[in-house]
Amino acid sequence: MSDLTRATLRDSLSVAVTVGAYGVAFGAASVAAGFSVLQSCLFSLLTFTGASQFAAVGVVASGGAAASAVAAAALLGTRNTLYGIQMAPVLHVEGLRRMVAAHVTIDESTGVSLSQAPRGTKAMREGFWITGLGVFLFWNLFTFAGALGANALGNPASWGLDAAVPAAFLGLLWPRLTSNVLRLVAMASMFFALGVTPLMRAGLPIIATTVVAVIAGWRRR
Amino acid sequence: MWIVLGATSALCFALKLLGHLVPERWLSNPRLQRINALIPIALLSALVVAQGLVLKTHVVIDHRAAGLAVALGLLIAKAPFPLVVAGAAITSALIYHVH
Repeated sequence: MSDLTRATLRDSLSVAVTVGAYGVAFGAASVAAGFSVLQSCLFSLLTFTGASQFAAVGVVASGGAAASAVAAAALLGTRNTLYGIQMAPVLHVEGLRRMVAAHVTIDESTGVSLSQAPRGTKAMREGFWITGLGVFLFWNLFTFAGALGANALGNPASWGLDAAVPAAFLGLLWPRLTSNVLRLVAMASMFFALGVTPLMRAGLPIIATTVVAVIAGWRRR
Repeated sequence: MWIVLGATSALCFALKLLGHLVPERWLSNPRLQRINALIPIALLSALVVAQGLVLKTHVVIDHRAAGLAVALGLLIAKAPFPLVVAGAAITSALIYHVH
């Protein structure tokens, strides 16, 4: 194995294991929201995009309607479309391989692949596949572990799981707040969501908050 | 529950596949890209407060808020993700049991 490949492999696997381990938090959140262990595992196998999965079970946990849960998850999934547009010319795959590539097109596989750009197209492809398939493996294993664990624990509030879920969202949000404008958007979104909470059915304030993103993104900065 | 699972999975896969099938220029509108980049921030922010500070359709400050405050402190102190989640859970559980 060449040094070039080894460096890509190291980058990919370290991301795959670290991110995959967050699957414990998803498995626990999903069971706390009322999904079964089987359903939690199917989420990770079939939906396989962390933020959307957390959003779907989060809306259900807060008493929202099924449509709100699906809409929140889909809105968070739109960024994978943009990732696919970036990755398709790099990967150049057809048929079944393209379906698999699409399924593992997530934050991490795209991020590692793009970071390999100085090492060439071959490294970008390896980074995408190793990270994507690696996260898939670990994310699913850890989801199962988290779901089993939460299932054994019983009442979510008694173990702090009801606070662990919003804390996990905050942990996912935090590294994205890289500028004052983004921090402002986050603060505005929180106040907006709290402000409209008494006015709407549970779950809808989360969807309504996309208005803040539209307003903030409309003007050229 | 099964409807949420099935529809979420189908839609999320369709969105991923769409990116691999459409020509680049379709989504090159800069306004659309700016909004798309902000949507995760808006939604994640809303989810934090909806899960941490809301009960049905009421804003409440309870044991979860204490957990969330600890999580915020740990993030400011640059603690790793698992510690942030565990810190929030332990704080919240302690307050839940004291009350």
